[in-house]
Amino acid sequence: MEITINGDKATVDGVKISVSDLLKARNVDMPDMVSVEVNGTILERSEFDSTQVGDGDEVEFLYFMGGGR
Amino acid sequence: MIRVPKTVVDELIAHARSLAPVESCGYIAGSSTQMTRYIVMTNVDNSPDHFSFDPKEQFQAVKSARSTGETLQVVVHSHPVTPARLSAEDIRLFNDPQMIYLIVSLKDTIPTTNAFRVFKPEPGVVDIQPVVIQVMG
Repeated sequence: MEITINGDKATVDGVKISVSDLLKARNVDMPDMVSVEVNGTILERSEFDSTQVGDGDEVEFLYFMGGGR
Repeated sequence: MIRVPKTVVDELIAHARSLAPVESCGYIAGSSTQMTRYIVMTNVDNSPDHFSFDPKEQFQAVKSARSTGETLQVVVHSHPVTPARLSAEDIRLFNDPQMIYLIVSLKDTIPTTNAFRVFKPEPGVVDIQPVVIQVMG
């Protein structure tokens, strides 16, 4: 299947893949610190396991950003 | 080293001053070495001690930069009363190895800026590398 990930087309094995597995496949080291948007909708982290993405879907992910003095 | 236009540095300092004592935050977009513009972000914590980006704004900023052929290169935040160094909380939460982290300090009369990369090659190991900021123009 072909998914658009962070603006780039990517070929991923299989017909569907969970967001959690996609993050692992993309070598995201700290998935708990990542925000994910699928087709324009931001997911809760609790939805990473249950949300499946497939051919034609658009996925964006980025690291949560924060800090303090 | 990153090259940052003076106008961008002036903007991020003005933003920090406008929100002090609350911490300001934003992105600098550009290419790998040439920065082009400052993107103001909302500090959803609205705190003098902490900042957090709004994920919705983050996605908007990413797409905005992409639409102009830029990428988000630098995460900016202010330290209104402490030096321009990485705090323990910064190090804990700075997990994107692709980003440069720039801190603007308002501690002294003349603001100071420092930039760093933060790498975490394995749990419990942090590699902090200073990044030289060359102000252009």
